[in-house]
Amino acid sequence: MRYLPLTGDDRRDMLAVIGAASVDELFRDIPASARIDGLLDLPNHQGELEVERAMTAMAARNRPAGAGPSFLGGGAYRHHIPAAVDHLIQRSEFLTSYTPYQPEISQGTLQFLFEFQTQVAMLTGMEVANASMYEGATATAEAVLMAQRLTRRHGAVLSGSLHPHYRETVRTQTQFLGLHLDLAPTDISGGEDLASRITADTACVVVQTPDFFGNLHDTTDLAKECHEAGALLVVVVTEPVSFGALKAPGDMGADIVAGEGQSLGVGLNFGGPYVGLFATRSNFVRQMPGRLCGETVDADGRRAWVLTLSTREQHIRRQKATSNICTNSGLCALSFGIHVALLGEAGLRRLAALNHAAAVRLADRLDAVPGVRVVNRTFFNEFTVELAAPAAAAVDTLAADGILAGVPVSRLVPDDPALANLLLVAATETNTDAEMDALATGLTRVTA
Amino acid sequence: MTDQAAHQAAHRGLDLEEPLLFDFGETGRSGVDLPDPEPVASRLGGLERTAPIGLPGLSEPQVIRHFVRISRNNYSIDGNLYPLGSCTMKHNPRLNEKVARLPGFADLHPLQPESTIQGALEAIHTLAHWLRTLTGMPVVAMPPAAGAHGELCGLMAIRAAHDAAGQNRTRVLIPESAHGTNPATAALCGYEVDPIPGNARGRIDVAAIREKLGPDVAGIMLTNPNTLGLFESQVIEVADAIHDAGGYFYCDGANLNAIVGKARPGDLGVDAIHINLHKTFSTPHGGGGPGAGPVAFSEALAPYAPLPLVVRGDDGFRLVEHREGQGAASFGRMRAFHGQMGMFTRALTYMQSHGADGLRQVAEDAVLSANYLLESLKDDLSAPFDGPCMHEALFDEAFLQGTGISVLDFAKAMIDEGYHPMTVYFPLVVHGAMLTEPTETESKQSLDRFIAVLRKLAAAAKAGDVNRFRDAPRHTFRRRVDETAAARNPVLRWTPPTPDAQAAE
Amino acid sequence: MSEKRFTRDHEWIEVDGGVGTVGITAYAQEQLGDVVFVELPAPGKTLTRGGEAAVVESVKAASEVYAPVSGEVTAVNEALAANPGLVNEAAESGGWFLKVRLSDPSELEDMMDEAAYRAYTEDAA
Repeated sequence: MRYLPLTGDDRRDMLAVIGAASVDELFRDIPASARIDGLLDLPNHQGELEVERAMTAMAARNRPAGAGPSFLGGGAYRHHIPAAVDHLIQRSEFLTSYTPYQPEISQGTLQFLFEFQTQVAMLTGMEVANASMYEGATATAEAVLMAQRLTRRHGAVLSGSLHPHYRETVRTQTQFLGLHLDLAPTDISGGEDLASRITADTACVVVQTPDFFGNLHDTTDLAKECHEAGALLVVVVTEPVSFGALKAPGDMGADIVAGEGQSLGVGLNFGGPYVGLFATRSNFVRQMPGRLCGETVDADGRRAWVLTLSTREQHIRRQKATSNICTNSGLCALSFGIHVALLGEAGLRRLAALNHAAAVRLADRLDAVPGVRVVNRTFFNEFTVELAAPAAAAVDTLAADGILAGVPVSRLVPDDPALANLLLVAATETNTDAEMDALATGLTRVTA
Repeated sequence: MTDQAAHQAAHRGLDLEEPLLFDFGETGRSGVDLPDPEPVASRLGGLERTAPIGLPGLSEPQVIRHFVRISRNNYSIDGNLYPLGSCTMKHNPRLNEKVARLPGFADLHPLQPESTIQGALEAIHTLAHWLRTLTGMPVVAMPPAAGAHGELCGLMAIRAAHDAAGQNRTRVLIPESAHGTNPATAALCGYEVDPIPGNARGRIDVAAIREKLGPDVAGIMLTNPNTLGLFESQVIEVADAIHDAGGYFYCDGANLNAIVGKARPGDLGVDAIHINLHKTFSTPHGGGGPGAGPVAFSEALAPYAPLPLVVRGDDGFRLVEHREGQGAASFGRMRAFHGQMGMFTRALTYMQSHGADGLRQVAEDAVLSANYLLESLKDDLSAPFDGPCMHEALFDEAFLQGTGISVLDFAKAMIDEGYHPMTVYFPLVVHGAMLTEPTETESKQSLDRFIAVLRKLAAAAKAGDVNRFRDAPRHTFRRRVDETAAARNPVLRWTPPTPDAQAAE
Repeated sequence: MSEKRFTRDHEWIEVDGGVGTVGITAYAQEQLGDVVFVELPAPGKTLTRGGEAAVVESVKAASEVYAPVSGEVTAVNEALAANPGLVNEAAESGGWFLKVRLSDPSELEDMMDEAAYRAYTEDAA
């Protein structure tokens, strides 16, 4: 077996040193009734060729998003990732290292985490960011819990245009903690009134921009209302490329920014692993969840990095920790960091402009299709269209023709007839004019 | 640029000093060539960014060189034995990486129509089948993103089951030797934590559990094999006791590598166990994630498993994404999408490579190697408990008594000898714990070399060669770092050098 | 000013005019190592004897500081925010944590005096 270096002779010699007659003697603490004598009902070992053949066959039973026109968004976006990203993250020293608990031999990981924290803080317009969370929805739930700790209040208002899966994740993660969630009704208008929902027990208001339906929000006034009432504003971002085109959440009053970083460097991966972004004000840092890397010096006075403020974390604080999170999403944070490094200021702004331009072109094209109406007044690279027929069926029909038309809203919010004809459509730098034509033609056909 | 010049002056051989990206990036270049955007009528509604982000501009060769240079400052399992107890730093096969990158897996959007993702759902379903078979448990929930997320998944199911039965139970029993994630997770589910002391053999007595049981106990979180590297020999009695009291048995499966193919948690009375795919099933640790922590459930807890579920129907695989059908009683969704697909494809590749026979050999070799270390080193270092151990050998600070050398010093001296230290000061219940996990992917020559180095260091410590330890590490890119300064005055990001150019806040 | 009194949990208190100054002992700071952060209660907060009054953190540990007496917090040592190292340098003077208006001065009676406390810590060592 190619991954196991011990030979039969080695095993015999080692048992002799231990003084055991057989390896089974070493397992004698397992109750006899629970020991497995033979092999479990699974196939035996296989060579690389056979395994690769089987897995490749399985992969071939999927239709990759890039195999044809794809306009899927809804919290995960298809972007071009420079080849250098995947090359660099496969370096052994990044790929096969552990959490940097021994800083003297982990400066590589610590340095990229410090750079990642800086990049995220810059992009969100916040003072500090952590070394990443699992993904966007759990980051949002953590933001709500953090607001609860900071304000010592027990309510949270969730916008009706927050990604439905994020709303559900927040509900799941807070359901046993006596938190009162005020779930605003689904809002596709981009004009909901959240300020009127704030009460004396509101710890935070959670709002997404660009929101689930693509609408953009200036949160400045809402932030003011929150702060006057002693509550915090949590801003959620699921499309980080938008940072290159839009005013930063930190410049619109956000106290905590929670987001999904997948678009930059990570790839679609059928939903995971992704990388959660989490940023806040520096005076809130001790209530922040997750790992933090800080700057310091070594015994010779040279600049160095180290994990810090660990007393917030579970391995020290146990049940009083700010979160139970242990890992971050290190390698995905590295991918994000490399992609952002390659883009730089000019590249990210240009990428964002390309995305917006693609979405505007597509919106104009689709709006001209009979039976299709663009709902949004504002958007970045994703918007909602209303079809003359149920969107789910249209998507299935077009999928059979090789077009991934978008995300039917009903897939995420199934029981609302008013939403049945809504389709989320995203356009990125990867979408060509020919693909846009194909979508417009396809929609013409299915809505006719 | 002066900063960069200073750094360059400090190159030593292959150790290349590398500043932060922000120290040398300049505007006016990018490592990505993009076309000019077509002019369009903006739909940004007046929310256009006007302030600069502050990101440095770099070309591709600069970025490659930057990350290659800093990578060289990391220790890795590809480079050498990585004996971190409780972390299972085993070899990460490269076939796994290749398979995970097939466009048929990597380039799938999570919200594609089911007709276009049958292979992906099959992969998840097949992995779940392997996990069900290996654990002897009927249902596996795939969404959890990591071990701690899996714990949350398990405890939420327990809480949901009690709630559904109209039971208000408030207390969770957790051994003092547990990972910190266990009590932190229990707190997130609104539970009080009641610590259970271990016995002189490093295990939990069923008598100690019985003493704590009552109608308010929701369950127990027990790591088995436990964090001291020992198998909880009374585990079945513990499970019976907790079940008799109406509670559930959560098993922290961090140490599954020791028993995979040799014993099944389902046969030990476990109701829920998370499986760290990044430990037992070799997905890379990546400097601290991403991991994956699927949870196997007993029949009693299965109805409460999180969404989505992957189910097999007559005409293929299907996702249950809402509370309906088999998911009607689910405690809900715990992340945006289905799970850590990139980890699933790697783990499934690994499992198929090893097969039933190979996985059993994995456990045997891992346990054999740990016992070989324990036996070879117990007289040079000191071991608080007798063997046999499972896949980790636990040593403690007793052998350093009176030397003036701490476990931390000893660990840092190992670095000078080319080794990453074992896990130190965990578990907390053993003074100066040194939890050593060689894994099954080390050759005997590699283990013997490691043993020789530890013997040499132990002898030096006992001989009073104090400076060698206190000054360690001396041969690394950076020497001991000042953690106190980092914590007292946290600097958590780069800021521009001149005060007027401070980031806008 | 009264003499210092000590608890088994290594807090000290010195009472003057019904208000006690509270901190952790020199022995306690030595056990903790470099103090990096002190979390103090808000002035006005009511403390219960034996309840959590503050948290003191080193790099690798966080320890609760328990109220040696019941009463209302009248002041906290603002200097610790900028310089937590004061706890190491002057645990039983400049590194004090908080002042509390005693609601029941008799709570002082069963605490140790300096000599008893020093003997207690020598036994522990």
